[in-house]
Amino acid sequence: MKLDSMYQDVILDHYKHPHGRGLRTGDAEVHHVNPTCGDEITLRVRLSGETIEDVSYEGQGCSISQASASVLNELLVGKELAEARRIQETFLELMQSKGKIEPDDAMEEVLEDAVAFAGVSKYPARVKCALLSWMAWKDATAQALSEGKTA
Amino acid sequence: MTILPGLLDTEAIRKDFPILDRTVHDGKKIVYLDSAATSQKPRQVLDALNEYYERHNANVHRGVYTIAEEATALYEGARDKVAAFINAPSRDEVIFTKNASESLNLVANMLGWADEPYRVDHDTEIVITEMEHHSNIVPWQLLSQRTGAKLKWFGLTDDGRLDLSNIDEIITEKTKVVSFVLVSNIMGTVNPVEAIVRRAQEVGALVVVDASQAAPHMPLDVQALQADFVAFTGHKMCAPTGIGVLWGRQELLEDLPPFLGGGEMIETVSMHSSTYAPAPHKFEAGTPPIAQAVGLGAAVDYLTSIGMENIARHEHAITEYAVRRLQEVPDLRIIGPTTAEDRGATISFTLGDIHPHDVGQVLDEQGIAVRVGHHCARPVCLRYGIPATTRASFYLYSTPGEVDALVEGLEHVRNFFG
Repeated sequence: MKLDSMYQDVILDHYKHPHGRGLRTGDAEVHHVNPTCGDEITLRVRLSGETIEDVSYEGQGCSISQASASVLNELLVGKELAEARRIQETFLELMQSKGKIEPDDAMEEVLEDAVAFAGVSKYPARVKCALLSWMAWKDATAQALSEGKTA
Repeated sequence: MTILPGLLDTEAIRKDFPILDRTVHDGKKIVYLDSAATSQKPRQVLDALNEYYERHNANVHRGVYTIAEEATALYEGARDKVAAFINAPSRDEVIFTKNASESLNLVANMLGWADEPYRVDHDTEIVITEMEHHSNIVPWQLLSQRTGAKLKWFGLTDDGRLDLSNIDEIITEKTKVVSFVLVSNIMGTVNPVEAIVRRAQEVGALVVVDASQAAPHMPLDVQALQADFVAFTGHKMCAPTGIGVLWGRQELLEDLPPFLGGGEMIETVSMHSSTYAPAPHKFEAGTPPIAQAVGLGAAVDYLTSIGMENIARHEHAITEYAVRRLQEVPDLRIIGPTTAEDRGATISFTLGDIHPHDVGQVLDEQGIAVRVGHHCARPVCLRYGIPATTRASFYLYSTPGEVDALVEGLEHVRNFFG
């Protein structure tokens, strides 16, 4: 069934048992919403130099948006910013592929659990759900960096 | 097959709607339960659109040649049909807009630019309700921000109805306009017009009724409503998108200033100033949506041939059946009235803690089309402490079998996420 391509077990697992959920201290906080459906996320980023020490979040939304935030936390915490940006860009590329990218080994190595979202990219209405936390992370990181500079 | 008293002959009606024969996802017949968002279109309306473009297309109110006269007659004929459909005292009280949002924005802007006694300013108050569609909230917020007028609203009771217990404090001598929805687009609630109109008239406030979810589903009589303005849209009542209606009382339309300026709405123009055409043309600047108006006329003919009383009776029967069947689904909570009394055929619900997006996705896989989200009525979701709902809405072509399909589909959703 086609639904299984969207709701991979990996995604449902992350949805039911989210990683790193809850708000902890951070250098910057953002609140992003998906105005068409009411999904919301509050996300904080804590940096130590170029290293992401923590990404914490609280939100409400569908399984795709919540699982995506959980995968983001698992993937990005502990990474260098340059590496994290590469992961974010790869994920964005996959999500904007309209189902046309079949993740290869190289992509799977970068994205790990996040390759499970490949099926979601076939559903335009749901791509925004999957990207919500990633856009919030990008925004929060930019804010943390600019605040760090001015401080 | 479930037979309910009051049902229309849906087998015959569905033959008029070609899209209802469509299949999706490998042969699953579409179960269209999103008529509150937009209705499907009968062949009669599609034919009218085609015939207009194939035989009569020309701009209106301009040409002296044959097809221009025909286009004008068809466009103005649609106005006659709409006027009769809503029992307007005069055809000149029917203004064509592009949708209900534009109709409501038009009223707000008329009042914002009006002279006394209509002017809305910092000493006055605007009243709406917490169950409005965003299109009947945001135009008034804008007017309030621009004029300094105070925006007030009626709250909601736990069972999805307007809380009118403090009506005398909400609508006061300062109130200039009261704008409210006749049938809620998210909860289906049919609001008590009379009580609100009576109080508004006591204080001399204008009454605006958003009838977007009423006009398609029940007899609409603007004289019986005793409102000053009534707004609705064509695409929810079998007409194409891009055509809406604002009905307004004639003396108001004479007194109030135009909003959009341009061609069609003028009498004479010089480089220094202009005078305006009488209503309704005063409020219809530019080339109007001609084919869409013709389509609306055909939709009105279609609905009238079936009978609005009959459509209302059909939907009441479906609603009664649907609220009963839905409440058999474990963990399902209806947001809004839980009986069919004073309620339309739009039913919002939550299903345990399964997010509506996920509900809608799994239903889609079975060919069932519902709306998920906050339905452009986010304050209602906030009021009931939920992020969003799943909404099923029914129309003259909906069947009890489709209610059954929804209930079965929801069982499947529960299993999938269970």
